[in-house]
Amino acid sequence: MHELSVASAVVDTAVRHAAGRPVTAVHVRLGVLRQVVPGSLEFFFGIVARDTVCEGAVLTHEVVQARLHCRDCTHEWTIDVPAFRCPQCDGVDVEVQAGEELEVETIEVEEEQECIA
Amino acid sequence: MHRVKVRVVEDALGANTTIANANRGDFDRDHVTVVNLMSAPGSGKTTLLEKVLDGGADALGGLRAGVLEGDVQGSLDADRLSHLHLPVVQINTDGGFGGECHLDANMVRSALPALPLAEIDLLIVENVGNLVCPAEFRIGEDARIMVASVAEGADKPLKYPLMFRACELVILNKIDLLPYVDFDVEKFRHYLGHVHPGVTILEVSARTGEGVDEVRDWLARLPDRVASAA
Repeated sequence: MHELSVASAVVDTAVRHAAGRPVTAVHVRLGVLRQVVPGSLEFFFGIVARDTVCEGAVLTHEVVQARLHCRDCTHEWTIDVPAFRCPQCDGVDVEVQAGEELEVETIEVEEEQECIA
Repeated sequence: MHRVKVRVVEDALGANTTIANANRGDFDRDHVTVVNLMSAPGSGKTTLLEKVLDGGADALGGLRAGVLEGDVQGSLDADRLSHLHLPVVQINTDGGFGGECHLDANMVRSALPALPLAEIDLLIVENVGNLVCPAEFRIGEDARIMVASVAEGADKPLKYPLMFRACELVILNKIDLLPYVDFDVEKFRHYLGHVHPGVTILEVSARTGEGVDEVRDWLARLPDRVASAA
């Protein structure tokens, strides 16, 4: 259900930027910490895109790995399990530098061929 | 026809954030501190609210409370709170495709006209029971409370890190059931320490009232904490 809400938000964003032009592709960046299942997102995207300029568009994605930074000792590291304590100094003042993205990066739209005089 | 790539680089939930900020502006204008209360279905959010709020403003350091109840359907939760004689407004999310599984900023915004914000100091928004979606949608709150119960598994923080990270207080409810279930409190604290190191944890039984005073105390001090963090 989570992916349905996210898919609606992705379609809304793409529709706004398309400004009436038919959309053929939408590319999103998904941070691993957002717990979005890409296959499920694609499924719901196809449904919520119906009757919009995004109908039939292809949704592509890249997964952004999590990168953390410890404000206490400046250590930087990546995680693939949800462990947010600094492995170097055991600090808890940890900042997420990457991995929380839920971003529409580009869309591809069809335009009438413009005449170049 | 030819295809053109358009660079967007926009948070897909940016529209929600914009509305959440508008809600926040309205709350700030009336000096209302707002708490987003989240949990899985059946963790005891409503019972906890009944207990926490039944002492009135006196038990909350003088804060006058109001409640916004979010549910997919029905007004059972709002009905349960009606005897407390405080403003309670119900939002149902079933207008959408099968019923939204969370509250978003726009749903909260639509309920604001029904809330007497000028007569409230503390607004508690009880979100739809769900451990995933509510964590994604800010509603204009100052703080988020996550309720877990010992009837669930101690490993839940590792399974739903987004939810357990997106809160300032974790309440472990139903501790009166500990003799009857296999819940390992130390393991829960250990896992939570990995997912959200340093977060405040309160052990509570909304049923017996144990730990409820600590929750009231945390809420009573919230407006000062929010003010000093601003």
